[in-house]
Amino acid sequence: MTITQQILAAHAGRDFVEPGELIEAKIDLALGNDVTTPVAIDVFEQAGFSTVFDPEKIAIVLDHFTPNKDIRSAELSARCRAFAKQYHITHFYDVGCMGIEHALLPEQGLVIPGACIIGADSHTCTYGALGAFSTGVGSTDLAGAMYAGKTWFKVPDVLAFELVGTPGKWASGKDVILHLIGEIGVDGALYRSMEFFGEGISKLSMDDRFTIANMAIEAGAKNAMFPVDDATRSYLAGRIAPDYPVYDARYSSVRKIDLGKIRPTVALPHLPSNAHPVDEVRGIQIDQVVIGSCTNGRISDLRIAAEVLRGKRVAKGVRVIVIPATQEIYLQMVREGLCEVFVEAGAAVSTPTCGPCLGGHMGILAAGERAVATTNRNFVGRMGHPTSEVYLASPAVAAASAVAGELISPEEVCGR
Amino acid sequence: MNAEGRAFKYGENIDTDVIIPARYLNTSDPAELGRHCLEDLDPTFLSRAKPGDLLVATENFGCGSSREHAPVAISAAGISCVIAASFARIFYRNAINIGLPILECPEAAERICDGDQIKVTFDTGTIENQTQGETYRANAFPPFLQRMIQAGGLLAALGLQEEHI
Repeated sequence: MTITQQILAAHAGRDFVEPGELIEAKIDLALGNDVTTPVAIDVFEQAGFSTVFDPEKIAIVLDHFTPNKDIRSAELSARCRAFAKQYHITHFYDVGCMGIEHALLPEQGLVIPGACIIGADSHTCTYGALGAFSTGVGSTDLAGAMYAGKTWFKVPDVLAFELVGTPGKWASGKDVILHLIGEIGVDGALYRSMEFFGEGISKLSMDDRFTIANMAIEAGAKNAMFPVDDATRSYLAGRIAPDYPVYDARYSSVRKIDLGKIRPTVALPHLPSNAHPVDEVRGIQIDQVVIGSCTNGRISDLRIAAEVLRGKRVAKGVRVIVIPATQEIYLQMVREGLCEVFVEAGAAVSTPTCGPCLGGHMGILAAGERAVATTNRNFVGRMGHPTSEVYLASPAVAAASAVAGELISPEEVCGR
Repeated sequence: MNAEGRAFKYGENIDTDVIIPARYLNTSDPAELGRHCLEDLDPTFLSRAKPGDLLVATENFGCGSSREHAPVAISAAGISCVIAASFARIFYRNAINIGLPILECPEAAERICDGDQIKVTFDTGTIENQTQGETYRANAFPPFLQRMIQAGGLLAALGLQEEHI
C-alpha cells in the first residue's frame, strides 16, 4: 500500500485497502473558512444536527474575505463566529489571530503525521507535506463530517515521484511543482495521490514541501504525500507531541525528477500547467506582483523575496503587495528586518489574508492588467477582470519581476 | 427521471472560477449565484439558457476550487444535467451532494454539438441526441453512489435521514 492507503486503512479500521475501494474513514480534523463554513452551517442546521462530533477536531479559519471586505462578507464571518461559540469550537481563528488556513494549521500544531484531514478548501492537500492524508471537500461534506466525525472516500491510486539531485540557487518548491504540473497536465493526477520520495526530499525545506503539496490539486490529485524525515521532525518538535506514526512505502512505477535541472518557472495564463522556464517568457510587461498565499506566504518565501528586493526599488508602475501568511510569520518578517526591505523598496505589506489570490480583495486587477503572483491558480478572471492575466511564479521570480517591471529571472536581477 | 433540453457545449478544463467567480462568493443564495453562472466564459449563456437545458463539456469539468457554490450556480441557472468526458473530483462529489445530475460519457462529450436537442434517462444512463439521431451510454455510478443518490444524498448515506429529517 502507498502511505495514503496505509493511513486510510488505519482510519477505516482495516488491515488493507485497495485503489478503487469505497471506505468510510474517521476524521482527525475538519476545516472550514469564512466562505465555505457558512454554507456548511446552512446544511448542518437544515439536517437538524445539534452536536459536533468533537469540538477539538474542527478548525474554522476566517481568511478569504477578511478583514471583511463588504457587508455580506462581514455577515459570513459573523455566522462563523456564532457557530464557533455555540459549539465551543476551540480552533477558531479570527482577524488578529488568524492566518491563511494552510499556513496556519501546521504552525499551530494541528497537523499530525498519519492523520486523516478534510477541509472545505481545495488546497487542504497542503498537509501532505507533513505526512498526513489531507484532501479538499465541499461544504456539505464538511457539515456531515462535523456532525459524524467520519466520511466516505474512494481509495486513490498513486502517481509516485522520485526526487533526486539538488535544486539550484534560484529554484524552489514552487518551480518544482509548476514544472511537474506542466509535465502531467491539470488532470494528470486526477483521483490519484501524488507521493514523493527519494534523496532529493532532504534538499527541500519544509516550506518547499508545503508549496509542492499545496498545488497537487492543480494536477487534479486527491492528495499529496511526503515521507516524515528529520526536517519534518524538526518542524514538528515543540508543536505537537512526538508520538506520531511514520509510514513507509515502495512504489512500482515512478517518475524521476532531477531537482538540479529545474529552472525558475512561470505558469502563463490561463492554466497552472502552462509552465515555461522564465527565460523563455522574459520581457512580458506587468502591472502588479503579489507575494503571499497558502502556496508561498511563509517565512522562507519572504526571505528570498527580501533578498532580491534588498537595496532596490520596484519598477515604476508596478504595484507590489506582500502578504505574510500568518501573524507569527508577520512578526518574524518584522523582526528579521524584512518588512523594512519591502516598504523601502516600494511594496505594500498587508495583514494575513487570501485576498487577491482568488480575486477577493487587497489587489484586484483591472481590464487587461497583468500580475505575477506566488499564488496557485491563473484561470480566467482569477484575480479580477476577465481580461486580466495572472502569471504564477516563485517568490524569487516575482520579486525580480517587480524590480524589472517585466517577467525576468532572478539570475538577471541578482546574478547567478 | 429525465432531463430534456438544448445542449450548451464547452471545452476542457471548465474551472470553478468561470463557473462562479469569487467576487460572488460572499453570498450562498442559489438564485443570486445562478444569475452569474459562466458569465466570464460566455456572457450570452444566461440569456440563452432555458430551464431544463444541459451543459456538455470535455475533460476535467469543474476543476479548481472546492466551492460548492459552483454546482449550486449551475443548478440555479436551470441546468438539468452536466455531461462531461471527465469531472474534477471535488466538483463531482459536490454535484452529487447537492443533487445536480452529472453524467460521465466521453463519447457524448465528443459527439454532442452546441445547440443539439438532448434527452437523458437517468435510470439507464442513456443519452439521446435527438438532433443528430445518436444515442450514448454514460458510465454508471459505483453502486455505493447509486444507493446514495437514490437515498437522497450524502446525509441519507450517513444513515441519519430517519433520525433527523
